[in-house]
Parts: sequence; C-alpha cells; structure tokens
Amino acid sequence: MLARIGLPQPFLSLVLFLVWQLLSDGISGGSVVMGAILAWALPLLTRGFWPERPAIVKGWLLPLYVLRVLLDIVVASLAVARLVLGTRKPRPAFISYPISLEHPLAITMLASTISLTPGTVSADVSDDQRLLLIHALDVDDEQEVIDAIRQRYEKPLQEIFQ
Amino acid sequence: MSPIAEYLIAGLLLIGGAFTLIGAIGLARMPDFYTRLHAPTKATTVGVGAIMLASISYSSYQGAGIDTAELLITVFLFMTAPVSANILAKSAMHLGVKHMPETRGKPWDQ
Repeated sequence: MLARIGLPQPFLSLVLFLVWQLLSDGISGGSVVMGAILAWALPLLTRGFWPERPAIVKGWLLPLYVLRVLLDIVVASLAVARLVLGTRKPRPAFISYPISLEHPLAITMLASTISLTPGTVSADVSDDQRLLLIHALDVDDEQEVIDAIRQRYEKPLQEIFQ
Repeated sequence: MSPIAEYLIAGLLLIGGAFTLIGAIGLARMPDFYTRLHAPTKATTVGVGAIMLASISYSSYQGAGIDTAELLITVFLFMTAPVSANILAKSAMHLGVKHMPETRGKPWDQ
C-alpha cells in the first residue's frame, strides 16, 4: 500500500524526515514540508541502490538494543582505560566468529556493534558471510567472547531482523 | 545557569577529555598495529559522546529548547567509526602488518 503512493521504504523515509527535523533549526512549517519532500524523493531516487527490501520486522526492539550497546560501551571503556593506563600487557587474539544472521544489514549492524564496543574490532567478513574475524584486545578465553557476543548482540538482532 | 547544571556540564567535559586523552595514550603505548586500532575507537565512542552531551546540555540551558543537531554528530560518528576501523584492519591484514607474538589466532589470508 505504502509502495503505491511513492514510499517504497517507509522506514527510510521516516528516518530521513526525522534527520531533517534535527538538522534544521527547530521544527517549523518549512522544515516539515522540506522534510516530507526529501522523505518522499530520496528513497525513490536511490531505489536502484537498495537491492533488497528492508527486513526490519520488530523495529520497536531497536531502541532497547541501542540502549544496551551504549551501556556496554561505557562499561567496557573503563576496562580498556584501565588496561591502557596499567602496566599489564594486553593479551590480544584473532577470533573467528561464526555468524548465524542472514540479512546483510543485520550482519553490518553486528559488525559495527562489535567495533564500537571497546576491546573488540571486527576486521573482516568472509566471502560467504558465515565467519566474522574479530580482533580482541584482551581476552582470557576465546569461547567466552564468542558466547558473550552471541548472547548480548546477535540474539537480539536476530529477533529484530528475522 | 544553576550551579548543578554547571557541575554536570563540567563533569561531562572532564570525562570526555579524560577518555580522549586515554585514547591518545593508548595509541602511543600499545605494542602493535591491531592493539593500537582499539585506542581511537574508545576515544570516539565515550569521549565524543560525553563532550556532545555536555554541549547539548549547555546550549539547551543557554538558548530555548534542546539543540538536537549535535545529537546527529554523535549518530554519524557512531555509524562511520566502525567502518574506518574495519577498513584499517582489512588493509593491515592485506599488507601483512606484523602483530605481537603473544597474539592467539591468525588473521586470514587475503
């Protein structure tokens, strides 16, 4: 229904509209009109660049996920700060993480989350999108890191994207 | 401005500054390329996040309403920082940059 009135990607349109409101100096009649035009025109113009239909199924879980990631960033930052300032040497490791997500956008989000949380950087995704190479700064046990990522990030993402 | 807001903003600025400094120290102190890669991602996430919060609360105390444009800086930074870290790590693996001998596991062959 939404696609027929020129909104092939309602979620993208909503984000564009909101971003435009944030960018313009306060919400006014002009910014709402301009935001609506952009939200309508940009998804149509860039349609060719979006090969797949967006797959966010349970979008209302996203804020919860973002909140959890922000909390983790703060907690893990303190651990890394202690490591940087302390005398102990880091114990880095390359970890191959088996991905069970399928949608490319979900994998991108998982990889970005891993890079944003201190102590881990996602270095590469294998060509078949089954393995994610992670460089961890300081680990005791590789399996622990894998389990933590699976529990905290991948499970919620799987629920959001399906 | 009320003293409470002043302390809050000053505290946020101090936290942001401290984490940015720690990121820079980490960049200098870490032993190899891959571990060094971790330091600047810290500085951007917590450091810039705290400074942005301070800036938002300051300008919303000064002017009328909450200035939200700064929030976008944080959002865009959070979206782009992982990508640049990822590209750096990828090119490091491609060039076969040395990693510290204690590192467990191996980077992939490119």
